[in-house]
Amino acid sequence: MTITLSPAPAAEATSRPGRYRHTQQGWRERLAPYAYVAPFFLLFFVFGLFPLLFTFYVALFDWDPIGERHFVGLANFAQLVHDPRFWGAMRNTFSIWLLSTVPQLLIALGVAHLLNHVRLRAATLFRMSVLVPYVTSVAATTIVFAQLFDRDYGMLNWFLELLGFSHVDFTASVWGSHFMIATMVAWRWTGYNTLLYLASLQAVPRALFEAAAVDGANGWQQFRHITVPALRPIIVFTVVTSTIGGLQIFTEPLLVNPVGGLTCGAARQCQTLTLFLYEQGFGRFHFGYGAAIAVVLFVMVVIVATINYLLVTRIRSERR
Amino acid sequence: MNPASAFSTARPTPRRRRRVNRVPLVAYAALGVMVFLSVFPLYWMFVVSTTDSATATSLPPHVLPGDNFLYLANLVFDTVPFVQALGNSLVVSTAIGVGQAVLCALAGFAFAKLHFRGRNTLFLVVVLTMTVPAQLAIIPQYLVMSKLGWVDTLQALILPGLVSAFGIFWMRQHMSATIDDDLLHAARVDGATTWQIFWRIAFPLVRPAAFVLGLFGFVNAWNDFLWPFIVLKSPERYTVQIAIKALQNSRDIDLGLAMSGSFLATLPLLVLFVFVGRRLVQGIMEGAFKG
Repeated sequence: MTITLSPAPAAEATSRPGRYRHTQQGWRERLAPYAYVAPFFLLFFVFGLFPLLFTFYVALFDWDPIGERHFVGLANFAQLVHDPRFWGAMRNTFSIWLLSTVPQLLIALGVAHLLNHVRLRAATLFRMSVLVPYVTSVAATTIVFAQLFDRDYGMLNWFLELLGFSHVDFTASVWGSHFMIATMVAWRWTGYNTLLYLASLQAVPRALFEAAAVDGANGWQQFRHITVPALRPIIVFTVVTSTIGGLQIFTEPLLVNPVGGLTCGAARQCQTLTLFLYEQGFGRFHFGYGAAIAVVLFVMVVIVATINYLLVTRIRSERR
Repeated sequence: MNPASAFSTARPTPRRRRRVNRVPLVAYAALGVMVFLSVFPLYWMFVVSTTDSATATSLPPHVLPGDNFLYLANLVFDTVPFVQALGNSLVVSTAIGVGQAVLCALAGFAFAKLHFRGRNTLFLVVVLTMTVPAQLAIIPQYLVMSKLGWVDTLQALILPGLVSAFGIFWMRQHMSATIDDDLLHAARVDGATTWQIFWRIAFPLVRPAAFVLGLFGFVNAWNDFLWPFIVLKSPERYTVQIAIKALQNSRDIDLGLAMSGSFLATLPLLVLFVFVGRRLVQGIMEGAFKG
């Protein structure tokens, strides 16, 4: 078998029979495609697949990285189910996800609708501006928002004071800290999602909006009856990616409360599942228990991906 | 111009069309608010990194920059090896950006334009790995790195990010869509090796797509936190993001320290964004980066 470029014309193959055969050059040419795809498979196996499978193995042990390890079967999972810290982290993760995803996607939908206007001036400037948060790192984002939300001299509390309210200690309370972290997540991703929606919107024929406008449909009606239905597949996609991203929120709760340590406060009021995983694995060196948390997170991601798959197939079949 | 716009200019009543198409002022106002909210936190980061603690903590807030920038910046450089952190971030991000652009293009080229046994199966495997959340496996990943003796090294950050399944998928699409097989065939007939065909013909033709891919690789590597936080131990190995965390731990020295560090860590990307932001916007809208 010789390597040919597709589509391989028969004449070419027969006119140079075995051109690369039995020569050193020939072997190199024949192996070239495998060499080109090899880096991915090698790196994915060593740093992706193997560690993932190994997580399931480590989760069955009481595993101290510098001490001993004992096989404990499913004891880590049994402990997890009865661990209030785990359920607290589950609640925090879900609450932060909900508080960030819903407003984020709604605002992105609205802004995409506005950006899609055919006569919009400075369109590139608007598009670039909404993407600025995306190139800002999560660490920097958290530092600046922690300052804006500060109890004593944060700008937000200054506004609250002007409006006649007393200062809120955002980091100390459950809802305050969740609201704060959700704001950071939403700030970073709204513009990105806006551009995804805008790209899908641009595939909708302009004539559809124009015809609706001529028929007297106002902006809201166009949004409700043209924009939203056209965007349904990409909306499902963004919900799924923000859910999978939401399960892995880590940097915000770690940095948002400088005195909170690895628990995001004494009451673990904003410790997410990934931060709990880090605390157990790398803070307390309970590798087995940490791996068990990772397995639970993995199962949750698989569930989300499966629901996504079912939704997408349903949308496709509805369209037929 | 596309046919759709030609169609719309052919409409009989221009005045009516103008009324229909005009952007309402309220839309500009809403977009203006959106731009303000997107940019203000960065501006605020800059303001606080230029004022002393007393000004930064006074109410009502001072919204104009002060003259304390150099003092705080110097304090940042004295507290952590920040110049080295900038260098480390640059090395890691550049390696990952270039690696993504070249290695994904190479594999994408093989899958799109070369025939070899097992090609379709291997490509299916690549696509399937996109659904695997391997980033959750941080504990065994750390064990692998310590087995390799790579804990507290930059290659522990670089190697896992050099090539991605999505990048291969994306580059294969571009190779299939933009490169004519006859061209590659002509080169083959002229005696070019497969590598020469890739490097001299195929890669230059998809360079814009590879550039965007590399750009996303660079930005994400620059901003990555969790994995560097686990792997890096000594301050001279820190990337800028980990240096920010270290500055936050030293907040008793000066409250503006972490803010100044954050600004200095973000500035290089903002400068980059001025030049290539347009390409990033296009890239996202064409689906260059997912998840």
